[in-house]
Amino acid sequence: MAAIRCSGLVKRYADVVAVAGLELTVAAGECFGLLGPNGAGKTTTIEILEGLTEPDAGDVELLGMRWGGGGAGGAADRALRERLGIQLQETQLADKLTVAETVRLFRSFYTSSHSVDEVLALVELEEKRGAWVGKLSGGQKQRLAVACALVSRPELLFLDEPTTGLDPQSRRQLWEVIRRFRAAGGTVLLTTHYMEEAERLCDRVAIMDHGKVIALGTPRELIASLGAEHVVEFALVDGAGRVPAPEELAALPGVQAVRPGPDRTALTVAAVHLAVPALLGLLERRGAELSMLATHHATLEDVFVSLTGRQLRDA
Amino acid sequence: MRDRPLVQLTLARMREFYREPEAIFWVFGFPLVLAFALGIAFRNRGPGELKIGVLRAPGDSVIAAALDRSPALAAAVLDSGEARTQFRTGRIALLVVPGDPLVYRYDSTRTESRLARLEADEALQRARGRPDVASVRDERVTEPGSRYIDFLIPGLLGMNLMGSGLWGVGFSVVQARTKKLLKRFMATPMRRSHYLLSFILSRLLFLFLEIAALVGFGWLMFGVAVRGSFGALALITVLGALSFAGLGMLVASRARTIEAVSGLMNLVMLPMWILSGTFFSYSRFPDAMQPFVKALPLTALNDALRAVMIDGTGLVRLGAPLAIVAGWGAVSVGVALKIFRWR
Repeated sequence: MAAIRCSGLVKRYADVVAVAGLELTVAAGECFGLLGPNGAGKTTTIEILEGLTEPDAGDVELLGMRWGGGGAGGAADRALRERLGIQLQETQLADKLTVAETVRLFRSFYTSSHSVDEVLALVELEEKRGAWVGKLSGGQKQRLAVACALVSRPELLFLDEPTTGLDPQSRRQLWEVIRRFRAAGGTVLLTTHYMEEAERLCDRVAIMDHGKVIALGTPRELIASLGAEHVVEFALVDGAGRVPAPEELAALPGVQAVRPGPDRTALTVAAVHLAVPALLGLLERRGAELSMLATHHATLEDVFVSLTGRQLRDA
Repeated sequence: MRDRPLVQLTLARMREFYREPEAIFWVFGFPLVLAFALGIAFRNRGPGELKIGVLRAPGDSVIAAALDRSPALAAAVLDSGEARTQFRTGRIALLVVPGDPLVYRYDSTRTESRLARLEADEALQRARGRPDVASVRDERVTEPGSRYIDFLIPGLLGMNLMGSGLWGVGFSVVQARTKKLLKRFMATPMRRSHYLLSFILSRLLFLFLEIAALVGFGWLMFGVAVRGSFGALALITVLGALSFAGLGMLVASRARTIEAVSGLMNLVMLPMWILSGTFFSYSRFPDAMQPFVKALPLTALNDALRAVMIDGTGLVRLGAPLAIVAGWGAVSVGVALKIFRWR
C-alpha cells in the first residue's frame, strides 16, 4: 500500500496558482523529496497532504485514509493525525517553555508515544532537557521541532525544509535523525531546496517548478538524464577575443550539452579529460582569456537548471 | 503514565505567564500601585482650615481675633491690593470688610466660600454676644465604606479582571497564531476544545491570586473590608473572569497580528475604563447615556463587586448585573467559536 497517493491537486491563491495539477505516489518505507526553488509550491503541497490546507481540487490519500471523514477536526481526522509526524516550516515553539516541557506537551496529544527521554535521545537533545526553547541554537530548535514530530511514533513523517538556515554540522545531525527514523521503517516526505540534501537522503525526488512536477525519479536517474556525469563551467575576461558560439562548444569531444548563462557557460560533459583540453585549445585559437574554470560532478541542481534554464537558488 | 492534554496545555499557559516578568507586573503589580497612589491622593482629609481675609481698616484686628478663635477658620489682615490678588487666586475663601454693616465678599458658586461665610458669620455674631436659642449636640461619624478607597478597590478589581481576561487570552492566542504554533497544534490530534479550555482554566487559577493580592492590599493598607460573603465575591469574580476571557477569545478570533489584536483590545477596553465607573461614579454621565453605560459588562461587574464589598448585598439581589456579565461572556464565546481562525 502506498503511504501517500495524491492526484489532480490544485490550489489557487487570489491570482497565483500555487499547485497546478499535482500527482504523487510515495511508497511505504520510502524517503521522498520535493525539490524546487522558493515559490515552487512545495509548502502548499505538503500542507495539503497534511490536511492543513484545503485544496481547490484533487484527491489525497494517506495510509489508506482521507481527510475530512466526519468533519474537519473530527474523530476520523484525529485518528489519522495519531499516525503522522509533522514539522512545519515556520513554527516557532514557545520560548519560555523548556525542551522537556515542550515535548511533554506534544506527547500528551497522542494515545501512543515515545517517552520524553526516548525522543530527546533520538534527536540528541538530552543535555538541553531543562533549557528554555528561546535559548537554543537554530539547529537545536530544529531538532526539537523534529522531536515534537517524532514523539507520536509516526508511520509517516512530514518535514518542510527541515534544514533551511542551518550550519553544515547541524544539517548533518538532522540527516542522521532522519536516517534512523527510516531505518526503523518509517516513511518520510520532505521538502528542500538543497540538492545535496535530496541526493543524500531521498530514495526518489520530484523536482517542482510553478506548482508542477517537472521531473521525477531517483537522484541517480535524474542526474543520468543529463546524459553525462560532469559539468564544466567557465567564464571569459570581457573583451578578450570572440566568445565561441554554443554550436562550436557542443561540437567539442565529450560535450553533451551547452547552457550559456549571463555570467558563465556550463557544459555537460561525459569525459572531462577530453573536453577540457579541447575547450582550452578552442579558446586559445580565439584569443579568449579565461576568468574562471571549474568542473564538478553533475548534481540535481544541474538537472533543475537544464530543465528550467534557471538556478535553483535564485529561480 | 499518560499525560492529559488539558493539564499539559494549562500548565504551558501558566508557565508562559509566570515566566514573563512584565505580565506579572501588569496583572499583579500595576493595580496595587494604582490603588496605593489613588488611595493616598484621595484620602479623606475633610475641608481643613478655611482662610479668611480681613481688609485693613479700623477695627480689623478685633474681627481677625474673633475669626481666629473658631477652629475652622484662619484669618489674616490684608491691604486692599493684596486682598484682591488673594481673593482672585482662591487663596482666601472670603473677604471681610470692617464697617457697619460688615461686608462679606465671596463667590457664592464656590462651596468652600459659602462654608466660609457661614462659619465666619457664626464666629462674628457669637463674638458680639448672640446667644444660641436651641440646644444642639454634634455626633461625628466617619463611615468605612464611604471613602474613595472603598469605592476604588472593587473598581480596580473589575478593571483587572477585564484587563487580564482580554490580554491573557487575546494576546496568547494571536501570538500562537502569528508564530504558527496554532497551526502546528492543528497538525496533532489535539482537541480544539482543550486548547480553548486551557485558557479558561489557567485564568481561573491565577484569578484567585489576583483577587487575594488586591483585596488583601486594600484591607491591610486602607482597612477596606469585604462586607458581604467571600463566597459571593469569589463567584462574581469567577463569572467576571470567564466573561472577559470569552470576550478576549472573540477579540482574538480572527486577528492575524499582535498590532491588530492590540488595537481591537484597546477599542474594547478604553470605553469601559472611562464609562464603567472604575475611578468615578458613572452617574456623572448624562441620563441619555445611562442605559448604554449600564449594559457594559464592566459596569455590571463593578456594580456587583461594590454591592458585595461595600453594601454586603447577597447574590440573590444581584441577578440583573450578573446576567449582563454572563450574557456578554456567553455571546462572545458563541460568536468566537463560529468565526475562530485556527491557523
